[in-house]
Amino acid sequence: MSVLARGAIGAPVSRLEAVEKVTGAARYAVEHGADGVAHAVLVGATIARGEVLSVGAERALALRGVRAVLWHGNAPPLHEVSDGELNVLQSPRVAYRGQIVAGVVADTLELARQAADALEVKYAAEEHDVVLRADHPGLYKPEKVNPSFPTDTEDGDFDAEFAASPVRVDCTYETPAFHNNPMEPHATTASWEGERLVLYDSTQGASSVAETVAKAFGLEAGVVRVISPHVGGGFGSKGTPRPHVILAVMAAREVGRPVRLPVTRQQMFQVTGYRTPTIQRLRLGAEPDGRLRAIAHDVIEQTSTVKEFAEQTAVPTRMMYAASARRTTHRLVRLDVPTPSWMRAPGECPGMYALEAAMDELASACGVDPVELRIHNEPELDPETGRRFSSRGLVACLREGAERFGWAGRDPTPGARRDGAWLVGTGVAASTYPARRRPSQARARREADGRYVVGLAAADIGTGARTALAQIAADALEVELDQVRMEVGDSALPRAPLAGGSMGIASWGSAVVKACRELRARMIESPDGPVEVEVDTTPEVEGDEPLARHGFGAQFIEARVNAETGEIRIPRALGVFAVGRIINAKTARSQLIGGMTMGIGMALHEESLIDRAFGDYLNHDLAGYHVPACADIDDLEVAWVSEEDPHVNPMGAKGIGEIGIVGTAAAVTAAVHHATGLRLRRLPLTPEKVLPALADDRP
Amino acid sequence: MALRGGTPGATYLGGGTNLVDLMRVGVERPAMLVDVTGAVGAGITDTEAGGLRIGAAVRNSVLAADPRVRERYPVLAQALLDGASGQLRNLATTGGNLLQRTRCPYFYDVTKPCNKRSPGSGCPARHGEHHNLALFGHSTHCVATHPSDMAVALAALDATVHVRGPAGRRSMAVSELHRLPGAHPEFDTVLSPGDLITAVELPPLPAARNSLYRKVRERASFAFALVSIAAVLEMRADTVGEVRVALGGVAHKPWRARRVEAALAGAPLTVERMVAAAEAELEVAAPLPLTAYKVELVRNLIVAALSALGGAP
Repeated sequence: MSVLARGAIGAPVSRLEAVEKVTGAARYAVEHGADGVAHAVLVGATIARGEVLSVGAERALALRGVRAVLWHGNAPPLHEVSDGELNVLQSPRVAYRGQIVAGVVADTLELARQAADALEVKYAAEEHDVVLRADHPGLYKPEKVNPSFPTDTEDGDFDAEFAASPVRVDCTYETPAFHNNPMEPHATTASWEGERLVLYDSTQGASSVAETVAKAFGLEAGVVRVISPHVGGGFGSKGTPRPHVILAVMAAREVGRPVRLPVTRQQMFQVTGYRTPTIQRLRLGAEPDGRLRAIAHDVIEQTSTVKEFAEQTAVPTRMMYAASARRTTHRLVRLDVPTPSWMRAPGECPGMYALEAAMDELASACGVDPVELRIHNEPELDPETGRRFSSRGLVACLREGAERFGWAGRDPTPGARRDGAWLVGTGVAASTYPARRRPSQARARREADGRYVVGLAAADIGTGARTALAQIAADALEVELDQVRMEVGDSALPRAPLAGGSMGIASWGSAVVKACRELRARMIESPDGPVEVEVDTTPEVEGDEPLARHGFGAQFIEARVNAETGEIRIPRALGVFAVGRIINAKTARSQLIGGMTMGIGMALHEESLIDRAFGDYLNHDLAGYHVPACADIDDLEVAWVSEEDPHVNPMGAKGIGEIGIVGTAAAVTAAVHHATGLRLRRLPLTPEKVLPALADDRP
Repeated sequence: MALRGGTPGATYLGGGTNLVDLMRVGVERPAMLVDVTGAVGAGITDTEAGGLRIGAAVRNSVLAADPRVRERYPVLAQALLDGASGQLRNLATTGGNLLQRTRCPYFYDVTKPCNKRSPGSGCPARHGEHHNLALFGHSTHCVATHPSDMAVALAALDATVHVRGPAGRRSMAVSELHRLPGAHPEFDTVLSPGDLITAVELPPLPAARNSLYRKVRERASFAFALVSIAAVLEMRADTVGEVRVALGGVAHKPWRARRVEAALAGAPLTVERMVAAAEAELEVAAPLPLTAYKVELVRNLIVAALSALGGAP
């Protein structure tokens, strides 16, 4: 496949919808006006396990303006549902605290909330189990891990090789549950027009929501339309339709009016997914010079009792470094918790934290510089498949980053630098994320006025995808950017995969390029009049050569640890990435710094605290769940090395939405070790953990 | 007050930055709201004694920016600026800040028991998630902390709270306004229904020119204190003249560390003495399983804050 000539591609173009967004003209899911719209709220279970015995709706329905109360006793049966979380109101069983047990519809949102409070829900509660433990008797081996990787892998004899290794690291790392917390809460406005259903939804994939809802309600595929031009973030939590969508559709049918259903921030900690906590044992066996001989990565994580979700946490270890003996395993336990779901870089994010943290411990054990350790272990071929990498720029990122960061001459002695009460250290970690693409359709049309419209059901969830795709289209058409109008976020447009897996631009862009090229060819044949083409990239994608396609990066962190309080500050952070061709320099930078900011949050601040007694996440709002504040992010820079990869897609672009988070937490913990000499292996590193560790360490 | 007086379940409204949140989550359910920002003073005036009188309706941002506060009582300005966010400080009032309620997550969740919100229902925090709750003065009924930073500074400064109520006017030290939970955590303060804070008065305190506030939290901004300290120090030659220490984030009320003050007054200021003084205060600490780390934080902050004020290296 050929790579496009550049014109618009690469430029730092501001978002095409920027003015709409900052002036409030851009409409989000609950802002689409509909005549006679009613308002719905969901009601969540207040037990973590058991049964709903009854839902007393008398007082609620007696309030003037309350239109309906839906519960399992009167909800319509759903037709075909493959995602257990979407079996809304189909059974009296309660599988987790917060699970939808009722929906209330009223003329105003306030009335709906008041009526929800007036419901009397009676339960038969059972003892619940919500705590992930390494020795949980319920741990089992799932058939596969997401999306379809083998659960365990084994090459060579790990035990023998590890035992024979002169230098050994054997550590267990723990990450808590994390919640995605996009700024825009999940929300749906559902409107039946006869037998046709229109949903304004906050989603990462209009096509897949339309399909899922159609199946759930036994409708013809074309009858459901999902419109989602603007989405205020998702980070994975809007990658699949969440239960509130089903409730909104039921509610709209029940009351015969359009229904708006917003999910509250607190409810987002219950029904919109989250990243599973992990307990990861990492063992590395190496020669004294740091060359790896044995790698084992054993993961323990959770799922719910309604659906299996197996995060592919150890999968990146399979392709990062070579060694004679390598083993990875995943074990899952079903707990009385909501089903985990995708959160920025599923698999890679928690898994690389543990792998890279262990690599830093190995560097110390060997007395080898951590940057050199990675370079020394750079594999020729993909250790997992034996295939060539389409491109692998990790070494370039490490070298470039080391130079920009001033790594040369670093004294590796922990605790050597002190500035008053502050202990100062630096750390580095590698990152990676797959660079795949999925089949997509797209349509390109030349209008009568000579301008172009390109459309597909892609999703711009704040990434700037709409703009990047317009740049790709402009270059493929060989016209100026302002000659192109890009249409996305509507399932009536040609079918497209969801925004996820960092596959958005790669997948959609491939289809846009194909459509634009075919349009150009068609225009040459018929130079006058409107022309339209529609394409599908399935043949190309299925014909992709068997290569290992991944983006890579290196993150460098400077950390300051206050010896009196255990507070940690990050005055400097740098990420250098090898991610192919950058489509839009401005939005790419935003994605990468956003990912790294999230990585700092993962290392230092974020944690969803499970409440053993009640079974839910206790700190269920943004006051209690700490994402980095502006004051936490100081000098944070990103850069990319130039990388030409004609094997990934016609644009030569690799996905960048997720790689920013991947290595960051390990770089932070490495910097904290360098500052203090402490190996802290349970995130987040809050003063509550750091201060006692500093105290224990004092002579 | 007349407007409110007759209505049960009526509540005074200042900036609403805590009350409205509590209404949204169903913790507070007032039958009527009475906006008092026009009824109580919104000015900061010099008192005859040489202190400052702060109207209860003065916004937190205005108070923090007042040059007299910044120069004569810097601990108060710093404490205010360490709290909330710029937007919240623009709205929040002095009176409201004092009366804000705990952020204990069980208190905030109406689907869970809480003796403060629902007397007699129990305290799930004691054996649950309490890592940011009390170290001092808690009871079997409640381990909540008072979240205000401003109140901690006011406690160190020995501010007076002026109240007007159905029974008339009265005043009290700010350290007497808030209660310890005891057997009745449902009462945050000693105020009675209908009582209205009209002003807070700062006494003249030349020593307060040398004062500071330091807040330790889980992120650099927009988070409540794990532990905070308000400290005032005046040295006379080589001995401690005036010393005031109050701690935040550790109790149901700002914790005036009187044992620290007693141990240090009139003696040279050395690290050993500061540590010993902190230990004296910590003798009455009752760490919970998850708040044990606060003991060291308290000790370190006392030493660090007083060292900084004493000009120690």
